[in-house]
Amino acid sequence: MTRALAMPTLLACLVMAGCSGVEPWVKPYERQNFADPIMSANRDPVAASYLNHVFEAREGARGATGAHGGGCGCN
Amino acid sequence: MTRRPTWALLLLALAAAPGARSGVLPDDRADVLYHRYDGGGVTIDGPSLLVRKKFAEQYSVSANYYVDMVSSASIDVVTTASPYKEERTQGSLAFDMLNGKTQYSVNFTNSDENDYTANSASLDISQDMFGDLTTVSFGFSRGWDEVRKRGDTDFSEPIDRSTYRLGLSQIVTPRLMMGVNYELVTDEGFLNNPYRSVRYVDPDSASGYAYQPEAYPRTRTSSAASINGRYFLPYRAAVHGEYRFFTDTWGIDSSTVRIGYTHPWGEKWIFEAGYRWYDQSAADFYSDLFPRQDAQNFLARDKELSTFTSHMVSLGATYELPPLGWKFLQRSTVNLFYERFRFEYDDFRDITAGGQAGTEPLYGFDADVIRVYVSGWF
Repeated sequence: MTRALAMPTLLACLVMAGCSGVEPWVKPYERQNFADPIMSANRDPVAASYLNHVFEAREGARGATGAHGGGCGCN
Repeated sequence: MTRRPTWALLLLALAAAPGARSGVLPDDRADVLYHRYDGGGVTIDGPSLLVRKKFAEQYSVSANYYVDMVSSASIDVVTTASPYKEERTQGSLAFDMLNGKTQYSVNFTNSDENDYTANSASLDISQDMFGDLTTVSFGFSRGWDEVRKRGDTDFSEPIDRSTYRLGLSQIVTPRLMMGVNYELVTDEGFLNNPYRSVRYVDPDSASGYAYQPEAYPRTRTSSAASINGRYFLPYRAAVHGEYRFFTDTWGIDSSTVRIGYTHPWGEKWIFEAGYRWYDQSAADFYSDLFPRQDAQNFLARDKELSTFTSHMVSLGATYELPPLGWKFLQRSTVNLFYERFRFEYDDFRDITAGGQAGTEPLYGFDADVIRVYVSGWF
């Protein structure tokens, strides 16, 4: 378990520490599209988390949806 | 590697990350949602309420109350038990703190029904970097469940869960945002359903088969990885897509593909349409019909562990309400979303259709999901 976590953590550490001097190639004034609600992947969290609950209850797969996990009493 | 060095690396990663201008916490809002699932003999509906409030621009708390009212006459239930009704309530409390470009979130959730209790706690940390082009996030959850059984007050079995999450979100171009997520989940405890049975060939039975309780391994570890993208079109509209791969120690592999289109109409309306495809292989110990009683150590006939494909079509509309004249309310929306599912099973048979054991038609069903909600920002 901890071995499985060690590599991604170390990789993230190196990326965060080593690349802090990277120049942003999309300038702040070029980001107005991302402020538009239609570009939000999780515009309404309460509605998205309900649909994830339906998926988890009806399917064998779980995780990597970008949402919090939690006990769903699905078994 | 021990647990301590792993957490040391995590802290080192956060310490090394560049801090600069501050990030932004989610907006203050309240949502009141009604949800309904109807398909395969199962109807589940109820409310979900969410309130989120910031304090001093640096702290935020949110609370969610959620109810499932279940009325089940699913194919499992009608073939081996009696239809039932039950209610599940879930409450969660979350606290967020922003420190420069780092956001810390803790969440506590309790879920309770008459034969199942689940508690979980989670910690998530996210960091904006590279001029806010990139957001990296880490998360960890622990869950403690208790499985009970109606009609057997002595039955109580625990489940312990651990979840590890890693995510990266990246602005790639002025129009394109991409993300990757990875999640590892381990469960240990009583993982099967105390009511469900498997069937096996029994020549002495008139139907040609008999039932025995299912038996699952007491541990399960799963990994899921996904990649997603969202693109702002040359006119004001967006397309998005996602692919997820999942694998676990029970032998289930699955793929999920999701695509969608979001189209505003004037200043008040946003319309959405989407399609999701899901496909999985069966668990190693799954069978629709075992050759004999106690055919192997582990036995499952849960259709969620079988080989199947599902399709989902989604339609939604959001309407921004005119100002209601309430000073504290900045804006509000009313939303309606509808999903239609089709589940097609490759090795789970509809034994209600009758016929020789093992030759019954394959099972499949449709389900409708409705989400209606009102959201307000203040």
